[in-house]
Amino acid sequence: MPGVHRYLPLSEAERAAMLKAAGFSRPEDLFASIPEKLRLQGALDVPGPLAEQDLLADLQGRAAENRVPDPRAQFLGGGAYRHYQPSIVDHLLQRTEFYSSYTPYQPEISQGTLQAVFEFQTLICQLTGLDLSNASMYEGASSVAEAILMADRLTPKKKTLLSDRLHPEYARTVRTYLAHIGIEVQTFGHRADGTADPQQAAQALASGASSVVVQHPNFFGCVEEVETLAAVTKQAGAQLIVAMNEPISLGLLKAPGAQGADIVVGEAQGLGVPLSFGGPYLGFLAARAAFMRHMPGRLVGEAKDVDGRRGYVLTLSTREQHIRREKATSNICTNEGLCALTASIYMATLGKTGMMDLARHNHAKAAYARTRLEAAPGLQFPDPAPFFNEFVVRLKGSAADAVRRLAEKGILAGLPLARYFPDRDRDLLVCVTEMNPKAEIDRLADEIGRL
Amino acid sequence: METRNKRPPEGLLFEVSRPGRRGADLPPLDVPADGKHHLDRRFRRDDIEGFPELSEVDVVRHYTRLSRLNYAIDLGLYPLGSCTMKYNPKINEKVARLPGFADLHPQTPEELAQGALRLMHSLERALAAICGMDRFTLQPAAGAQGEQVGILMVRAYHQDKGNPRQVVLIPDSAHGTNPASAHLAGYKVEQIPSNARGCVDVEALRKRVAEDVAVLMLTNPNTLGVFEGEIETVARVLHDRGALLYMDGANLNAFVGQARPGDMGVDVHHLNLHKTFSTPHGGGGPGAGPVGVKKILEPYLPAPVIERDGDTLRLRHDRPKSVGRIRSFHGNFGMFVRAWAFILAHGPDGLKRMSETAVLNANYLRARLQKTWHLPYDEPSLHEVVFSDKNLEATGVRTLDVAKRLMDYGFHPPTIYFPLIVKGALMIEPTETESREELDLFVDALMAIDAEARQDPDLVKNAPHTTPIRRLDETTAARQPVLRWTPGQKEK
Amino acid sequence: MSADGIYPDDLKYTKEHEWLEARSGRATVGVTHYAQAELGDIVYVELPQVGAAVVAGEAFGTVESVKAVSELFAPASGTVAEVNGALTDKPDVVNRDPYGDGWMIRITMADPKEVDGLMTAAQYRKYIEDEAN
Repeated sequence: MPGVHRYLPLSEAERAAMLKAAGFSRPEDLFASIPEKLRLQGALDVPGPLAEQDLLADLQGRAAENRVPDPRAQFLGGGAYRHYQPSIVDHLLQRTEFYSSYTPYQPEISQGTLQAVFEFQTLICQLTGLDLSNASMYEGASSVAEAILMADRLTPKKKTLLSDRLHPEYARTVRTYLAHIGIEVQTFGHRADGTADPQQAAQALASGASSVVVQHPNFFGCVEEVETLAAVTKQAGAQLIVAMNEPISLGLLKAPGAQGADIVVGEAQGLGVPLSFGGPYLGFLAARAAFMRHMPGRLVGEAKDVDGRRGYVLTLSTREQHIRREKATSNICTNEGLCALTASIYMATLGKTGMMDLARHNHAKAAYARTRLEAAPGLQFPDPAPFFNEFVVRLKGSAADAVRRLAEKGILAGLPLARYFPDRDRDLLVCVTEMNPKAEIDRLADEIGRL
Repeated sequence: METRNKRPPEGLLFEVSRPGRRGADLPPLDVPADGKHHLDRRFRRDDIEGFPELSEVDVVRHYTRLSRLNYAIDLGLYPLGSCTMKYNPKINEKVARLPGFADLHPQTPEELAQGALRLMHSLERALAAICGMDRFTLQPAAGAQGEQVGILMVRAYHQDKGNPRQVVLIPDSAHGTNPASAHLAGYKVEQIPSNARGCVDVEALRKRVAEDVAVLMLTNPNTLGVFEGEIETVARVLHDRGALLYMDGANLNAFVGQARPGDMGVDVHHLNLHKTFSTPHGGGGPGAGPVGVKKILEPYLPAPVIERDGDTLRLRHDRPKSVGRIRSFHGNFGMFVRAWAFILAHGPDGLKRMSETAVLNANYLRARLQKTWHLPYDEPSLHEVVFSDKNLEATGVRTLDVAKRLMDYGFHPPTIYFPLIVKGALMIEPTETESREELDLFVDALMAIDAEARQDPDLVKNAPHTTPIRRLDETTAARQPVLRWTPGQKEK
Repeated sequence: MSADGIYPDDLKYTKEHEWLEARSGRATVGVTHYAQAELGDIVYVELPQVGAAVVAGEAFGTVESVKAVSELFAPASGTVAEVNGALTDKPDVVNRDPYGDGWMIRITMADPKEVDGLMTAAQYRKYIEDEAN
């Protein structure tokens, strides 16, 4: 029956009455302001309508077309990390007051969101060892670009130095963002152990730069020497930006802020946000106090109401696009609010000891996998620096072929580096988390050894 | 003053934290401790200072109580102009959480992720059909990123022709993200005035368009809710001088199924899945801002693009003219699932009925309110209508006060003080998912507030009175920002 | 907004609502009562460094309220000789005492005669009255 639809409450009688009350005779007249020749003739070429049960069946069928091995036998990292999401996280996220609410521009009826974001900002500061955090950004790569722009606002030198150990998609995104801003992007190299080379950074810094960007752990899994890089960067009057892909590492690694980083930025998907084929994810940005008025994105601050009650409110809004327009610190408006809430609930649930234990477990499992693979003949480890939960193993033959063969045995062995670096076709980036039981790690090692 | 519940307000996680508590237990470690790969002390931290320690019960209570301090679309109307706060279907939440989607790693080899790629491809094609465009990219994470990508593609197009041009024209009624995004693409922004009807002044445009203008960014319907009736002329004026037309599609809910941007001369536009296509606002995000292009801009689309290779769908990375990437991985896939389900639920007739109802609801509100509330532009409204506080001038009550008083009536206020071309603007967009009773209640509330403003203005000026918190001292919050909790910082 | 505010007769005024007090080649600059009333509670003032050059009619800084930003325009050209550092912590002084403790910068003027082109108090009062209508 036309007009009856589960999301459209008006009955035919109500429509007719409202149309009349609004001064129209026919429904078509509602669109009289659209020139006749622009009016669409005929129906849209889209499928549907489907009742719920058919809709569910259709999407279930689609989901089932993704033929992946059991998650316990997947060893993929490379910018997104599989961690166990405690059941209360999704349960609390599904409270409609959180997910169906709007941006908290009216603080009096948004204190739930605002307090949760204030807590998120604090948790990120505690993990990174820095003074300030914003309310979230889109995801890791664009957040790194925004961090570079921010650093240049504080120390304008119109140049940034990127470690060549950065996630290639991050490097690409940075170049796209900076293409027309007048900030030069220069890359500096790495050492034999796979870490960013502070000497090369120092050399490149000699001609001036506003920021140095390193990833920690880097794309190849290596833990970076943040203190040395910070010293070299500071000496040259630039800002050290530490980009991160795997926030769980901060349960084990020293806070980069305590090691001299000026900005810590990147991807917080690892904090309980579902993998969901790449998004929605969670960009985070933390910085020293000096950056406060240069921060992109929303900021929640503490405030008192007329009765003296403590509350929270979006503040320092004059940085943002809706006020400063083309002179804004960023164009960002909609961010990743619900993902920030996901991460907050996750961090609150794990808590201090949970985060530290989880990080220890991840490292131990990856170390076990590494030890088992080192025992297999013919394998090499081209980036031998210490790692957290990812490392590169060089196989005897093509890594892409190996992945395909092992997939047939129900194992996703890792990320073939040839996807980004065609000349590294034997190299496989293996990630191990608390989701991989010993038995699966053993099976991975055995199968790779057998290739 | 009414008696409030005696329970003290919700403390921060760090204030209710107690040493030794934990909310999650890990399985026992089933591998040896790290042995020779043990991470040296110099890399390790001993503590996460100030990090909370809570039991599972503590966490559940904390967030459950916090949630009750929020208003949400499932509680009532959000008449926010240009936000399209419509109902978020629950089946969408269910399908987005199917393990085949939610647990799928983005680095999964293509051959094993065909279901996800097919969904994305189907969504792209559906959006192209709805908008009359040739191709879509789903990469942008929000409308603003969509604008940025759109303008980057415009620039690449011009660059390819030998002259990137220097200027982006933007109407004075535009959303702030428009100039901010244009700036990020390296362009200078110039304003184009609106005419007396609130639409783009075509003569002013004609005078200004020259070889240095790359593109005009037009919102249609504009931020007054009025259709830019001269859009074809606008397109012609631009195209005659080699410039392009970008459409901000935030207001697409007004004419889905009735007209298509592609037929209006639009070369590139974004749309918002978290507006027109019902994905939840989540308290600030996530969203998604897909961008549609005509063939001329196809080569410049962000990489990778999804293409057919026989029966298989592939992600094609080698796109030599692509503007590059604006984010990692493929886009906010979880929102694609929801939007696709929304389209399937409606079908072609449902989508047409959706926009018709959205426009009907807005015009119904307009008719009932315009005798009392000042209408700055008497042009036909589509899906939203803009009033102002002009009729209340003598009372001293302003738009801000009206907004705050509406909360006492159980509504979220409309968008206020936007667009900038209307002083004291109240932008009202009901969307199609509102019942007549809800709309009538909203009208009654606004009429009551008008009466209050005349009879008891202080009641309105000091509103809200019944919300969990009352007006906040935003001035002090901006003068002495406290942006995080620190140990030793206590609630007084 | 009418001309009810205080507009000292010994100062000069600009169309962008700045005031200037000239004394032996030095000019003190701030914003008028009208400006601070229009802006509302001022939360932040961004001023140039000592030694910076300012050009008449061009922006030398910004003043922010919670919801708006306005540029500050130099009434005369010259070099910044002094900056009111107290405004960083106490921007509200501009609201309370715009002509006294709320002063913003002192300029060593390049051309003291530029001052002659500015409005007198009477002219400024008329200007803001006309603006209101």
